[in-house]
Amino acid sequence: MKTIRIMIVAVGGQGNILAARVLGETAVAAGMDVRMSEFHGMAQRGGVVESMVLLGRGKGACIADGAADVLLGFEPSETIRAAGKCNAGTTVITSTAAVPPFTVALGDARYPDVPGALQLLADRVNVMIAIDAPDLAIRAGSLLAINMVMLGALAGSGATPMPPDLFCGIIKEKTKKQFADINLKAFELGMNAARNTA
Amino acid sequence: MHPLLENQPNKQVLMLGNEAIARGAIEAGVAFAAAYPGTPSSEIALQFFQISKTTDLYFEYSANEKVALEVAAGAAMCGLRTMASMKHVGLNVASDALMTLAYTGVAGALVLVVADDPYMFSSQNEQDSRYYGKLSGLPILEPSTVAEAREMTVYAFDLSEELKLPVILRTTTRINHSSGVVTLGPMRKRQTKGDFIKDPFNYVCIPSVSRRLHPILLEKIETARTMAETSPWNRIEGEGKWGVICNGVSYGYVSDAIEELGFAADFKILRIGFSHPFPDARVSRFLEGCEKVLVAEEGEPYMEEAVRNCAHKAGLPVTIKGKGKGLFSRLYEFDPTLVKTAIAECFQLPVKHARPVPIADLPEAPPRPPNLCPGCPHRAAYVAVREVFGDDAVYPTDIGCYTLGLLPPLRMGDFLIAMGAGIGTAGGFARASGRKTVAFIGDSTFFHSGLSPLASAVYNNHDFTVVVLDNGTTGMTGHQPHPGVDLSHLNLDKKPISIEAAARGLGVEKVITVNPFHYKKTVDALRQIADYRGVSVLIARAPCPLYERGLPGFKKKRPFTVNEKTCGNHQSCTKTVACPAFFVEDARPRIDAQRCTGCALCAQVCPENAIVRVSEKGEAS
Repeated sequence: MKTIRIMIVAVGGQGNILAARVLGETAVAAGMDVRMSEFHGMAQRGGVVESMVLLGRGKGACIADGAADVLLGFEPSETIRAAGKCNAGTTVITSTAAVPPFTVALGDARYPDVPGALQLLADRVNVMIAIDAPDLAIRAGSLLAINMVMLGALAGSGATPMPPDLFCGIIKEKTKKQFADINLKAFELGMNAARNTA
Repeated sequence: MHPLLENQPNKQVLMLGNEAIARGAIEAGVAFAAAYPGTPSSEIALQFFQISKTTDLYFEYSANEKVALEVAAGAAMCGLRTMASMKHVGLNVASDALMTLAYTGVAGALVLVVADDPYMFSSQNEQDSRYYGKLSGLPILEPSTVAEAREMTVYAFDLSEELKLPVILRTTTRINHSSGVVTLGPMRKRQTKGDFIKDPFNYVCIPSVSRRLHPILLEKIETARTMAETSPWNRIEGEGKWGVICNGVSYGYVSDAIEELGFAADFKILRIGFSHPFPDARVSRFLEGCEKVLVAEEGEPYMEEAVRNCAHKAGLPVTIKGKGKGLFSRLYEFDPTLVKTAIAECFQLPVKHARPVPIADLPEAPPRPPNLCPGCPHRAAYVAVREVFGDDAVYPTDIGCYTLGLLPPLRMGDFLIAMGAGIGTAGGFARASGRKTVAFIGDSTFFHSGLSPLASAVYNNHDFTVVVLDNGTTGMTGHQPHPGVDLSHLNLDKKPISIEAAARGLGVEKVITVNPFHYKKTVDALRQIADYRGVSVLIARAPCPLYERGLPGFKKKRPFTVNEKTCGNHQSCTKTVACPAFFVEDARPRIDAQRCTGCALCAQVCPENAIVRVSEKGEAS
């Protein structure tokens, strides 16, 4: 099987690491080789959190510029920041809801024109799926379920070969019991949103 | 049961590199482990901390890496299998003990994990710890994958026991913080009680003993070298005329690059996993069949120099490349493109790179620098110190979350090199410049390396102030305990040490403790200290808000809001305090109630008292 390289970017606190873990566990359950690397320095302190997930053959656990098959962005300015990982064949799945850094909140930096930037990027990649992830997460029952919405969108995009049911089994097993129903609902909403957008 | 205790050999599990190392140690029957936390090594110790609560594994967070190594060494002298884990700069602290521990050797086993951090994701330097192998004479093992991290850890214990030497397991961030599929191995029984057999003329390193022990160490190094020569960790793949010698994570990049370049049949790879003592004979044989060789290693040209040495000794005319213009750098970490480009350049091969989409015309994403959290007590202490001492004072700082105080608008931090060096350098700054000097240090760092420079400063009549930023935990690395932390809520019987008593015991006569969220009292205390000559200590004590919310009995405080009627829009709150719970809307400061912890710092700084606590009904009160 060809290697599938998935780059996940988020802001600290959005649950990127757990999403990557569920994605990885799902791939292991599907009998695939998995290599992941995470960069979570100072995540709790408002920084950027990156995960790289590589499925299938190969040995490295890192994604070079222009080498991502999927860019999964939990926050639109982070999707823009990581755009250099994309090539003409990349599937970009992004949340459209801005989480301004405090530099912007305090007026020291400017938040970019996100819709415009996403449109520019959309014209250069294979597929762009843009969803309002926090809105879907709240509809599922908790803002904290953004990560499961994004995972659902990934499953719905068809960019990975694992069946949605397999994801759901891992979500039930690996995420906190009291949030399982919300997480599964969020996953489903994300999946449907991606299917309707793609 | 802790997931790492699962006794199901051959089961495949997705694990973090650090979990794989801890699992390997558990499989090898580690009975005694110690650590001081440090990214990227911290999760190894976390596993042991958790496992030690339900099993007979002994684990402790020691005051610093040297103590962690020493306490593990003591247990290893009693015949136990032991581990000490630390980040690369931690090994500098532990190195004094390590150098002579290599002379005595150990009766049981001691595996020292050292986690390097190329690119300095979360470190003050990117030193290459492999040189500690050469410096000490101890064996070094370097895994290339997460799965191998588990296997190598098991082997490291066996190797240590066989050679009666500590063994260094050297990783980099991309191993520690990567995950991969690990095949579980069988569990070996933990032997938690041992006995120390006295042998002072082999263990007490006075000169006459050490003169005899050093040649023994040299013999052990040669024994280890013969093991490295035939070790399966040093393996050759392929039969081509072009050689690539690599280690650690670079192996994965090399392996993928050769396949992608499409000339796999022309290459052969020598992956060095047992890298000290260097397997000279094996490398020489590898070189014999090569037209040209490239050494791919992150960091320093450690292997490259050894490979050149082998070629020289064997009289081989083969061309050897490695660090140099157009090839590899000694800086930062590698990535797949960098390695592929260097291989293509070295062997003059056509290269097809991934083609990133053009991004030059995309707007720039706003910077997202890490920041002190909302409700962080360090911010409160810094705002008060700035009010009293301003820009005139010199502020040597130290290592922890509070290092982030260097960012504007706090700008608290003028010099930073190493744990404890804030207090250490302060005497030099104060005496040489004649300026008021205020050194910052965290509570965990105080116990790690702050005590001896404080004693030295008192004795030598220095004149500066130490601000101990005491948030009751080791914040930056994930809330590990230190000798000042009470763990009775976890049913752990520790004897917390008072920082005040420690400072007084070291002869500091002026010691004041404040809650930095009592802003006026803190400023008053600092003004008192400003007039004091000699070494003074201000302890700014309030819990880390992230740690506090996990403690029993924690109650969230009601957040604050800006009363728009009384707000004069001076923006002292956003310009001086700059808590990330603030945002500016229509050019006026507002507070995000979700992020506000209710610490009340900004309310005390506001000139109009326009920042008020939200009432229980959710209104401005």
